[in-house]
Amino acid sequence: MSRYVLKRVLLAIVTIFIITLITFFTMNAIPGGPFNSEKASSPEVRAALEKRYNLDKPLGEQYIIYMGNLFHGDLGISTKTGRDIAQTITESFAVSARLGGMAAVVAIFFGIVFGSIAALMRNKLPDRLIVFLSTLATAVPSFVLATLLLYMFCIRFKIFQVWTPEAPNYVLPVIALSLYPMAYITRLTKTSMLDVLNQDYVRTARAKGVMPWKVIFKHALRNALIPVITYVGPMLASILTGSMVIESIFTIGGLGSKFVTGINNRDYPMIMGTTIFLAVLMVVMNLVSDLVYKLVDPRINFD
Amino acid sequence: MSEMDKMPKKAPFSMQIDLSKFEKATEEEKRQQDVMSESTTFFKDSMRKLFKNPLAVFSIVVLVCIILLIIIAPKVVPYGYSEMLQVNGVRDKTAQNLAPMTYSEKELEYMEETGEKLFPHIFGTDELCRDYFIRVVYGTRVSLSVGLFASIIVLIIGVLYGSISGYAGGRVDLIMMRVVDIIYSLPDMLVMILLSVVLKEVMPDMPGLLGKLGSNMVAIFMVFGMLYWVGMARLIRGQILSVKENEYVLAARTIGAKPGRIIRRHILPNCLSVIIITTALQIPSAIFTESFLSFIGLGVQAPMPSLGSLANAARGGLNSYPYKLLFPALMICLIVLALNLLGDGLRDALDPKLRK
Repeated sequence: MSRYVLKRVLLAIVTIFIITLITFFTMNAIPGGPFNSEKASSPEVRAALEKRYNLDKPLGEQYIIYMGNLFHGDLGISTKTGRDIAQTITESFAVSARLGGMAAVVAIFFGIVFGSIAALMRNKLPDRLIVFLSTLATAVPSFVLATLLLYMFCIRFKIFQVWTPEAPNYVLPVIALSLYPMAYITRLTKTSMLDVLNQDYVRTARAKGVMPWKVIFKHALRNALIPVITYVGPMLASILTGSMVIESIFTIGGLGSKFVTGINNRDYPMIMGTTIFLAVLMVVMNLVSDLVYKLVDPRINFD
Repeated sequence: MSEMDKMPKKAPFSMQIDLSKFEKATEEEKRQQDVMSESTTFFKDSMRKLFKNPLAVFSIVVLVCIILLIIIAPKVVPYGYSEMLQVNGVRDKTAQNLAPMTYSEKELEYMEETGEKLFPHIFGTDELCRDYFIRVVYGTRVSLSVGLFASIIVLIIGVLYGSISGYAGGRVDLIMMRVVDIIYSLPDMLVMILLSVVLKEVMPDMPGLLGKLGSNMVAIFMVFGMLYWVGMARLIRGQILSVKENEYVLAARTIGAKPGRIIRRHILPNCLSVIIITTALQIPSAIFTESFLSFIGLGVQAPMPSLGSLANAARGGLNSYPYKLLFPALMICLIVLALNLLGDGLRDALDPKLRK
């Protein structure tokens, strides 16, 4: 076990290191620099600015300086706004995390409930309905759904305001973000639940007269949820990046929009900061979900 | 009794069978052993199963209809995807944002004057006086071909990489799989956006077909190829690891077949169902990704439409012209739904064990 954990942690560190490399050199490959757009600035001002942000040094040296600062916990300051990157990220991440967290909770809860219902009532009306709807939901891109929701509920019927952090105005973005993972979890839960319900220990539990609800919750569901756990890590990651589009549709100033405007402004420290932050988040989440998976299911061997 | 059926003389304690105790089968008994049904191949059998699945048949019909539409419509509809409407050779400025199946004022005048019937604007027109139907058709064309080509790229890289890694084994496999692990855990959307911005700017104008597609499109293919082959490579490697333990592979190796030949002739055909299923399910995910990128403005180059960029453009006039979002959105949903169902059907038909 400890060897496996060590291996995975090392791999995670290498991954994050490679991401910093890719991001740093690809973003510098985009033509144009952060100070090219300011027409008014004279060459001297520009040179001074570039000196301040170390942009006059060769690329390799810039990278080493950046990584050195990173290890001190310094993400630098934005070349566009001059604000501290770490602070900007924490602020906008609070918004994204709140939205993504709610979407994740909704997706997991309803996904498990619907999946279990579908498995327990196999081939009956509720099962068919759930399968039909979840198949449909996996075919609708989130941006289409978000735009349609916005049009229906904000413009046509004026039930919600477009976006404010107060309830109930985050209902629409949460629905738009959670529908796809919810449909996926529903399918996942259903198949693994069907699998578990055919196991011998479920039959034994039924035969010895355990209450049906206890069989479902204690014997079946707990084992059926194991595959769902592996999906939670990647799902959180995809919700956080997928929120980029949803955020721009509902004009929420989250982390995703910071990344995209960062690219457009050639705001190098901002691009690096958001990428590293999100990458670390994702790699850690994937790691945790893999480790939890191995912890809850002792049958899986560590290679 | 013929000479052949005669027994040699039996030794006293021999266990040799005494043939005289056996009877020959009659003609009728022989006929009972005949195989009545035609012999079938694996492929034929799976296709039969596939066509028994109503959902799969439905999705094949839908896909064929869409493909016919995108081939035939540009030949029938007299408008181009990037051309502003003209009446009698003069630009028609009244044809802006027409509702579906209506004509502009100038067109109505023209039709009354000459009595000639103009081709209707089935989905109306957009804000630049272009026929919206033909734009949606071209958008579908772009999205479908992105899905198809991206999946082919993923297929080629994934199969090559996976089979080499799986067949070689040992240290080669270990290193190759660590590379896969790292690419697998990259945040795909971030890298995708970053790479497509870079490639879009850096890519030179290419001649021929690639140039016609636009550098953005080529960038999408490349990014897709670079990031998404890892899933395929993992699957193929897993398959090969199990297939290569079979005796026929050992036999082939014993008679001195080269590794390339063994992979091509003996191993890959046995992984074919996994390859087909994964490719079929890769296409909708590629279409999704392309529409996502087009939606945030990193996809195909204007004036070339794609379903994602059409949906994005429709957001501006959402209040007045909601149908403009509806057409491309419905098209995406229909294509993705049909492809998903077809992929599921293929999986059930080719390899029921894989069902999850």
